[in-house]
Amino acid sequence: LLSAGIALPLFFALGLAGLAVGLGLHFSSGTIRELELDYTGAPRSNHDCARCTNASATSGPCLCTLRFELAEPFPGPVCLYYQLSNYYQNHRRYGVSRDDLQLSGDPWGLRVANSLFNDTFTLHRLVNGSFMPVPLDSRGISWWTDSNVKFRNPELVNGSLATAFWGTAKPPNWPCAAYLLDAGNPNNTGFVNEDFIVWMRTAALPTFRKLYRRVHQGNFSAGLPHGTYRLDINYSYPVLPFKGTKKVILSTVSWMGGKNPFLGIAYLVFGSACILTGFVMLAVHIKYQQQNQMDED
Amino acid sequence: MADQKVSTSCLNGKKQQSDFTWEVRANDRAYHMQFKKRVSFCLTKRKYADNAIKTGKYNALTFLPLNLYEQFHRMANLYFLFVILLQTFPEISTLPWFTLLLPLGCLLIIRGLRDLIDDIARHKSDWIINCRPCEILSGKSFSWKKWRDICVGDIVCLRKDSFVPADLLLLSSSEPSSLCYVETADIDGETNLKFRQALLVTHEELMSVESMAAFDGKVTCEEPNSRMHSFIGMLEWKGEKYSLDSEKILLRGCRIRNTEICYGLVIYAGFDSKIMRNCGKIRLKKTKLDRMMDKLVILVFLVLMIASFFLAVACGIWAEKFRRDHSYLSTFYAKTSPIKQAFFTFWGFMILLSIIIPMSMYITLEFIYLVNSFFIDWDVEMYYPAKDTPAKARSTSLNDQLGQIEYIFSDKTGTLTQNIMTFKKCCINGIIYGPGTGRKRRLLDESLSWNPYADKNLEFYNPLLLEAVRRDDDPAVREFLRLLAICHTVMVEEKDSQLVYQAASPDEEALVMAARNLGYVFLSRTQDTITISELGVKRTYKVLAMLDFNSVRKRMSILVRDPNGKIRLYTKGADMVILTRLHENGANEKITEKALDSFAEETLRTLCLASKEVNERDYTEWSKKHHKASIMLENRAEELDKVYEEIEKDLKLLGATAIEDKLQDGVPETIQLLKKGNIKVWVLTGDKQETAMNIGFACRLLSDDMLILEEEEISEMLSAYWVSNNNLSSSGEPLCSDSFVQKPLDTFRRGNTALIITGDFLDKILCIGEVVKKKKENFWKRMLCCKAEVQQEQESLLEKAFMNLATSCQAVICCRVTPKQKSLIVQLVKKHKSAITLAIGDGANDVNMIKTADIGVGISGQEGMQAVQCSDYALAQFRFLQRLLLVHGRWSYLRICKFLRYFFYKTFSGLMSQIWFAFYNGFTAQPLYEGWFLALYNVFYTAYPVLSMGLLEQDVSAKKSLQFPELYRMGQRDEFFNYRVFCLTLLHGTATSLGSFYIALWAFEDKVGSKVVGDYESFAVTVATSALLSVIIEIILDIKFWTVLSFLTVAGSLLLFCVFSYLTQNFQAFKEAPSIFRFPDASKNALTDPYVLLIILLCVVANTIPSLTFRLVRVIMGKSTIHQIRMKDMRLERDMVELRAHFQRGSMQRRSSYAFSHKEGYADLITRGASLRGRDSLGLSTTPVPVFRSSSSPRLEAHKTRVEFLA
Repeated sequence: LLSAGIALPLFFALGLAGLAVGLGLHFSSGTIRELELDYTGAPRSNHDCARCTNASATSGPCLCTLRFELAEPFPGPVCLYYQLSNYYQNHRRYGVSRDDLQLSGDPWGLRVANSLFNDTFTLHRLVNGSFMPVPLDSRGISWWTDSNVKFRNPELVNGSLATAFWGTAKPPNWPCAAYLLDAGNPNNTGFVNEDFIVWMRTAALPTFRKLYRRVHQGNFSAGLPHGTYRLDINYSYPVLPFKGTKKVILSTVSWMGGKNPFLGIAYLVFGSACILTGFVMLAVHIKYQQQNQMDED
Repeated sequence: MADQKVSTSCLNGKKQQSDFTWEVRANDRAYHMQFKKRVSFCLTKRKYADNAIKTGKYNALTFLPLNLYEQFHRMANLYFLFVILLQTFPEISTLPWFTLLLPLGCLLIIRGLRDLIDDIARHKSDWIINCRPCEILSGKSFSWKKWRDICVGDIVCLRKDSFVPADLLLLSSSEPSSLCYVETADIDGETNLKFRQALLVTHEELMSVESMAAFDGKVTCEEPNSRMHSFIGMLEWKGEKYSLDSEKILLRGCRIRNTEICYGLVIYAGFDSKIMRNCGKIRLKKTKLDRMMDKLVILVFLVLMIASFFLAVACGIWAEKFRRDHSYLSTFYAKTSPIKQAFFTFWGFMILLSIIIPMSMYITLEFIYLVNSFFIDWDVEMYYPAKDTPAKARSTSLNDQLGQIEYIFSDKTGTLTQNIMTFKKCCINGIIYGPGTGRKRRLLDESLSWNPYADKNLEFYNPLLLEAVRRDDDPAVREFLRLLAICHTVMVEEKDSQLVYQAASPDEEALVMAARNLGYVFLSRTQDTITISELGVKRTYKVLAMLDFNSVRKRMSILVRDPNGKIRLYTKGADMVILTRLHENGANEKITEKALDSFAEETLRTLCLASKEVNERDYTEWSKKHHKASIMLENRAEELDKVYEEIEKDLKLLGATAIEDKLQDGVPETIQLLKKGNIKVWVLTGDKQETAMNIGFACRLLSDDMLILEEEEISEMLSAYWVSNNNLSSSGEPLCSDSFVQKPLDTFRRGNTALIITGDFLDKILCIGEVVKKKKENFWKRMLCCKAEVQQEQESLLEKAFMNLATSCQAVICCRVTPKQKSLIVQLVKKHKSAITLAIGDGANDVNMIKTADIGVGISGQEGMQAVQCSDYALAQFRFLQRLLLVHGRWSYLRICKFLRYFFYKTFSGLMSQIWFAFYNGFTAQPLYEGWFLALYNVFYTAYPVLSMGLLEQDVSAKKSLQFPELYRMGQRDEFFNYRVFCLTLLHGTATSLGSFYIALWAFEDKVGSKVVGDYESFAVTVATSALLSVIIEIILDIKFWTVLSFLTVAGSLLLFCVFSYLTQNFQAFKEAPSIFRFPDASKNALTDPYVLLIILLCVVANTIPSLTFRLVRVIMGKSTIHQIRMKDMRLERDMVELRAHFQRGSMQRRSSYAFSHKEGYADLITRGASLRGRDSLGLSTTPVPVFRSSSSPRLEAHKTRVEFLA
């Protein structure tokens, strides 16, 4: 089945295809604008958020701000992510403690969600000397399946979610009870709160990003123009004890998602490796053929 | 009293067998009912079993518990049960409960169903057998009942062609002398009739039903045992005792033939019968791969345990860190110490990684073995139409070893040869008559017209000889043929008005048949006469003495008084023996000797015939001596030999005969092919050296350009070794056992060498081996203490040296070996060469060897079925061996190896990612994959393509396999699967798992897709999909022989993956049971993201490229089989020329061999007259002597055996 006649062209074809895909990915990744803002506020980092590192849910929110410049415009839609590192959301017990039965509408004490990431961000743009808020859309940041199927609030009791959650304890690290998340918006409160859903879709690795908001409304439907921006952070999630970092990322989105240099480079490497192997094989093939011919003579 | 006896015999264990505690009283059911025997604790069973047999293992109630109990006897199943139980602890339950339960359940159900089907078949056959009808005496008359109603002590009536329902004591029969003929085809497969004979007293007295109803004899005999051919007992009746032996017993399973009606007393019924006792446990043979596989599974298990241990240690370290720093996790660590945590995690990892142990491998393998056995059964090329026998794989678990055979031990008679002797040539009075050519039909018609007894299948036509015979003017020709017709021990029987000869050896039959076809027809014999028809004239000779053949005398003579009153001695025997006993050395002899040489050249078996006239006075004198010798008690045989010697002298040579020991079809070609496949063929035969050598040449095992080492040369070499070894040990050098053989061996390694030894010589070597075995207990001590003490080990080294010598020879022929020696030789080769051996044979004397060898092959031939019944494979012809080994064996080996390699690969590559993932989740034994993927991976996603490969894979076609037997060497060298291959597989699997895991990991690390933002579920789906696809691509590359099945299975696997992913991940299922179906829409979301698809593609390509490159390198470098074949194809032409050159025969002289079977003839039986029946129907003038009524010899014999036994 396998012969040099088939395999060698296959190598070259695979190599070329790999190179093509790699180049495509590389360029499409290159067109993406991405800005990473570290706001961990490590001691001696001179960061505005450094003063908030001792904050906790109980001590009340601590506000810090971050100014940054966008040298180029970010074409929309622009996504705002937060990123945590050295954070073990994929810890087995963490996963085990997530009670899927409960999240689909049976309140019975929340254990996992205890650690819900509760830093909040607002974005402002400097327009004519004053900071104008950039509208951040919190809808549609989770998977449709999650927000429509997987996570369900319990049946309302007497038309009130609060009564439905009656008897359940507030997760100790939460500033408020589950039914008070985005209170007033019945489609985004309790278990169906999208921030909550995003958090509950546990990350695979200790360093992970989660989508926070999207910028695609109002004046910013075309994206973020270049200029000066200010990020207001409601800092309440401690990461320094476990040497974690917190980041906010602004990124444009293409067909393949965000900025992913790895995959493009990997394709390029494999493509060239294929072609190289192909040439080596070809050389070996020719050499052995000659030798065989000599043997036969 | 009997009870007591039973209990004591039980206590005594071994003594039990020789105790005569089995009492049977005729027509007394109540007596037998009262005895019980203890089975265990307080359970008792009736001592005398009834005749219903139950071979089924289970009934409706016991099936489930018993079957499960049996299944959990397997270590693997038990281990998985243990893991499943572990899973019930929430602390360590790392996998969902169904992940392991589902595959294990599947396995248990499949195996259970198989057992159930087997058992139902057994129940069915039991029922059919138990319901066979038979006539039992009840009250005063016989009535039709079923087999299961028979009890010990009953009297049953059997008619012609009915089966014997239990072990019976023959009481009487309708035949004269109370003979009863039985066919034992179901017991040993022999179809010739055997006779049984009742006691005179029962035969005479029990003639009517009334007398039988009144019969109250008591039989005392041994407890039921499995010795088919021995029975010792005693009948007590009317105050007298009669001894009983196996000649009076009808065994269950025999068939009554040629006997109108006979009556028997049931001695052993049902499970006590000898045939049922013989259905012992089959000794399980395990193949080399099997043993290796078990070791590998244990190895994998150990590796997993060690990995779990280290991961658990890491977990402990991380637990401390988590507890201290990671506040969001601290609740999990609040109550448990890191050590406790590590302990739990160890078990957690054990559960998680248990998936890597290939649980379903065994059952898949069993299925593959089974189907491959069916392929052997179904192979039309191995079907023998002449006998309507297909090949049969009786053992279904050894197929792969058929591809690794290095030594074949073959019986000769009936295996290499057809055991059909044909009269080919003769030399009468110096004139050689060969087989005629052409015009056979006409000759046949012609000969039939004057000789009504001529056999229609005669093969010897020589018009010249026929003419000479019919002219009847040459006394030499007359005497020659007369001798052939008279001097033998053949029995004659009439069947359908045809004479049927039964001879102790086929050689004799061939000679008598030849005489018959030439007009000298042996018609009948009685105790002391022989009647022949000489060219239509009946003449009766009075037999004065029969001087039987034995292996020392190598001749047989008969002393007869012809109708004219003259006494003549006719002798036939080996040429060396006869030629030295001739009266004169005439020209006739020289010509005959030359003829003998030319016959031998053609590998024919030769005999010399001679005769002389004895005058009356000499005879009377000799007769006295003979009588004196024959009644001697001591040294009778030697004395008789001496007496015989006196009269067998001054003979006149009549001529010589040449008989062809017909080889089976295709034997030389098969041996040639096997030799090319680097398989060494050893012939082990009970025959004489000359015969064996003859056959060796005939089947091209030996050739003229071979150096043939016989005993002298061998002993010389071995003694040379002895000396050199002594020198070595005295000089204190470390012993190099090979050095001595090496030197001489080098000299003839280039040429061909063959070894011919006899059993006696072998004994000399093996005997010494025995001594060493006794000393073996000290062996290790000595090894440890001081290496200098080599002296005592020399004996075993001698054995080893001999084996080295023998195994380096191209051909080995061992003649005159006993069945025990045959198996010893096999054992020796197994021990010293650790090679895979195959033994092939057809007779009862090969059973030992067949059982000893790694693979036993039985020829379903003429001698009987014992060999087949002990064998692993049954073939109709020796030549089918080439196809069995070179095609089926090689394919099976290839299939199993590729199966194993791939199975391990897919398990490692698919499931090892779990370990890598542990490094990224703080060693918490978090499963990487979803539970359902794990549960279904081995059962549905990857099982079928590898199964189809195991069933149908072939690297080259059957035709090419036979064309290039050299390919067989790969199996002998374990090339397809060994520890190296396993390690490579392990590495390959690890690399694949690393590839799919790390590519996905780096792509996921901190980057985002359009939908997927580095979440666990998407990551799991991505790694799982790329691992699965990589594994499937690998098998696509691996399968060399594509069939519809392989295509369907590959496509089916992908389809099943999609279907099951959908079924387990749709949100309907999630709504029903969220804790079981945890990944709602995960695949759908992840696999619609182009970014994830690109990751998967990259993984698959990256995993495939190295494997593809490796394969390509093999192709280019010419290491692959196909390439090698191509090269061979080109070289073939040149080889053909060389081969032709080889076939020029040297002019080596070979001694002729003489034709005689190894066994002694029937002479004793004939002179006793014991087996002769009346021949009145033939209408001959002679009247048979009524032997049985008058003679007491059978009883005497029986008595003798009993005396010997008791002594």
